[in-house]
Amino acid sequence: MKSAVVLLPGLNRDRDMIAALTKISGHAPVTVWQTDTEIPDVDLIAIPGGFSFGDYLRCGAIAARSPVMRAVAEKAARGVMVVGVCNGFQILVEAGLLPGALMRNASLKFVCREVKLQVVNANTAFTRGYRPNQVIRCPVAHHDGNYFADAETLARIEGEGQVVFRYAENTNPNGSINDIAGIVSAGGNVLGLMPHPENLIEAAHGGSDGRALFEGALELAA
Amino acid sequence: MTVSNTRPITPELIAAHGLKPEEYQRILELTGREPTFTELGIFSAMWNEHCSYKSSKKWLRTLPTTGERVIQGPGENAGVVDIGDGDCVVFKMESHNHPSYIEPYQGAATGVGGILRDVFTMGARPIAAMNALRFGEPDHPKTRHLVAGVVSGVGGYGNSFGVPTVGGEVNFDRSYNGNILVNAFAAGLAKTDAIFLSQAKGVGLPVVYLGAKTGRDGVGGATMASAEFDDKIDEKRPTVQVGDPFTEKCLLEASLELMASGAVIAIQDMGAAGLTCSAVEMGAKGDLGIELDLDTVPVREERMSAYEMMLSESQERMLMVLRPEKEAEAKAIFVKWGLDFAIVGKTTDDLRFRVLHQGEEVANLPIKELGDEAPEYDRPWAEPKTHKPLAMDDIPQADIADTLLKLLAGPDLSSRRWVWEQYDTLIQGNSLQRPGGDAGVVRVEGHATKALAFSSDVTPRYCEADPYRGGKQAVAECWRNLTATGAVPLAATDNLNFGNPEKPEIMGQLVKAIEGIGEACRKLDFPIVSGNVSLYNETNGQGILPTPTLGGVGLIDDWSKMARVGFAAEGEMILLIGAPSSWGTHLSQSIYMRNIHERVDGPPPSVDLDHEKAVGDHVRGLIRSGVATAVHDLSDGGLAVALAEMAMVSGIGATIGAPEESDPVPVFFGEDQGRYLVTIALDPQSAEWHALRKQQEKLGIACVQIGSTGGADLKLGEAHAISVTDLKAAHESWFPRFMET
Repeated sequence: MKSAVVLLPGLNRDRDMIAALTKISGHAPVTVWQTDTEIPDVDLIAIPGGFSFGDYLRCGAIAARSPVMRAVAEKAARGVMVVGVCNGFQILVEAGLLPGALMRNASLKFVCREVKLQVVNANTAFTRGYRPNQVIRCPVAHHDGNYFADAETLARIEGEGQVVFRYAENTNPNGSINDIAGIVSAGGNVLGLMPHPENLIEAAHGGSDGRALFEGALELAA
Repeated sequence: MTVSNTRPITPELIAAHGLKPEEYQRILELTGREPTFTELGIFSAMWNEHCSYKSSKKWLRTLPTTGERVIQGPGENAGVVDIGDGDCVVFKMESHNHPSYIEPYQGAATGVGGILRDVFTMGARPIAAMNALRFGEPDHPKTRHLVAGVVSGVGGYGNSFGVPTVGGEVNFDRSYNGNILVNAFAAGLAKTDAIFLSQAKGVGLPVVYLGAKTGRDGVGGATMASAEFDDKIDEKRPTVQVGDPFTEKCLLEASLELMASGAVIAIQDMGAAGLTCSAVEMGAKGDLGIELDLDTVPVREERMSAYEMMLSESQERMLMVLRPEKEAEAKAIFVKWGLDFAIVGKTTDDLRFRVLHQGEEVANLPIKELGDEAPEYDRPWAEPKTHKPLAMDDIPQADIADTLLKLLAGPDLSSRRWVWEQYDTLIQGNSLQRPGGDAGVVRVEGHATKALAFSSDVTPRYCEADPYRGGKQAVAECWRNLTATGAVPLAATDNLNFGNPEKPEIMGQLVKAIEGIGEACRKLDFPIVSGNVSLYNETNGQGILPTPTLGGVGLIDDWSKMARVGFAAEGEMILLIGAPSSWGTHLSQSIYMRNIHERVDGPPPSVDLDHEKAVGDHVRGLIRSGVATAVHDLSDGGLAVALAEMAMVSGIGATIGAPEESDPVPVFFGEDQGRYLVTIALDPQSAEWHALRKQQEKLGIACVQIGSTGGADLKLGEAHAISVTDLKAAHESWFPRFMET
């Protein structure tokens, strides 16, 4: 049930992620700073959203090279669960922990709205709280969420069940290939997704469809 | 190249600095000698309209600025209002009009950055933003370019910084063709015992420079913003600053950490006129002198002159007076966040503002006269013309249902979704009501039930027709929008946008609008705690509509009882509260007359403040007791538009009657003030309903059941029914089509 939140300059949904993990698990996560080279023993590492280092290079590219990300990679290799949301997803892709790339939205504009997500694979540690093919509500807020992968990679991740969330009911907000909203690593312990489940976990958010993702991850770890 | 400090001071140079001959005479008297080039720049920066409020000060003093909950009124970086439990809300609205017209993305972005800095400089973490945007007519060749640039600039900065945008306004009018308005609002939360002010205290203490490095961007920006535009406006592009929201986010975190460490004595953000204005304000307010050594200022360009460094408006910078024993701790915080931290001067006891550069004293001026004793004018002003009311037999007709669809599908009343979906409205996880309702609502972190409501309002066409009434109406509408969520309106900030104050008719607009605002704020117990004045919004002699934007803040005790705009359920009674017996009467200056019949004659609706207060307090009571299930105030477009908005949000239709023997046009499109639509879930036979009617009779509050919710159509009186789907299609169509075809 122990979790850690990675802090990098320019991330700005860190407080949202900390609040969600605290409310759901009952324990405040530990925080690790960009220059930390070691991460304490935890069951889940979360990389929140934002604009790390201003995203002045390709989104997530600078952050992926910070010392703390080497520590994240080591933990991931040892099977620790890692979730990256929005900029966190971009960082995981830039760090090579997840395949593919996240390009500028097809509209070329930032988009913040609620979308529908289909739980394509309910058989991961992160999605076991959902029913297979369940359609959930979830907000997005990003400028560069247009997921892309070459044909071979795409065929592999689709074939291996690595596509976990897909935009449903014509709500793809960014033009991502195959409506992909979130993927897991081949080992299944690293999840990256553009939508923000941490912003839909309680009555004040107008719904709690995002809660099961964290509950699933934290329950398994308990 | 460097600009010499010994450049000769010619009449042309003085005029180019926006200084009038009599102001230069005053400078000569103060210095007892000819000023240096750097000193001339400093005077120009401090004495321009933007920084000195020299035309408006006399009138701003008449506004009510105090109240039981007011901790800090105007004069600091932002106003501060107590919300109980040791918390306070810190807020302000400020314009970035001139830069946004010249360079829309950066102008709007740095406008957002500036107002956020004002809020966190006081020790508050920003929790909400709004922006009131006014553009020229949709057909004008520059309008789309400006809308696209400003909206992405607002989003680009606010989204990256990480503050939810919860409300705002977007309007179009020909008068803004050459002068768009970008008014940015920000609010933050702080502890009442941890508010930081700009007043320096203590002699010989270090003055510290924080944040980003100084470059040549924005040199002379505040002076530019204090003059009219002409056709050579593109030449002013270098006076627009460039924003870096990443640095600002780091500066926020570093500043809050620094404040928590106890190292800060006084702090001031570098906004307009940068280093000059921040240093002078800190010293003048504390009755201290300031000495700056420019050789220690972090710069990002080579060979900057003293003049350029003193007038640069590079963004994301602050100045502070530090407790010397805390220097190492303070510096470590800034190094951690990758920001500059440099001791650039000290406080002195001689009330002089001294600037040293490369071993030379380039400025030595009396600090009080630069700052709080800057010139002040009592400019001549003319009483605005009055308008004859519309004759009752002069009401042009139109089909009610078709007109409603036409208005919803037009530039003024169409959905602003295209705009606000480019803003992060959810970040921080506390947004309870996002744009599209009467007010944005954000819950107070760390408190189980409390929330804050925010609304930005003004109706410029009313202000043009009658500035006094228009000023009153702006306040009343803001107060009403907050009330419609169930909030108690606490206080407001004003952003007064007008043309050239040297013209008596423009000065008359300013004077009368302030008078109207003052009267309404006093009556509604809604003090003005911060604000900003933007004058000279003119191009080639053509001024904007007078636009005094009000940004209001209200407090909700229990957000689980908060009201929303959308109909809550089918089969509920719809009440019209606060309306005259024929529901609506006032058509002149309405959206109906302007957009359907192209008529802009007659006075705006009158505002009866006693009525406004009684009705608002009653509606708030209905929300707080849980009787009201949905609430919406009536404004632009009147009853028909308000009903349509309630239906569109919920997808639930309504059937509405009409008062007997009344002309349906004023009934459905009149813009009488002080009216609300309220739905309730009471049985008309129930004792509660009869008790409510009795209570209303006793209070003298008009309340009529005009219909009920239900079905898939909106049916207004005898007009043909419109499906809610068609209403939505009309409402959502205009903006994307305008921007993307």
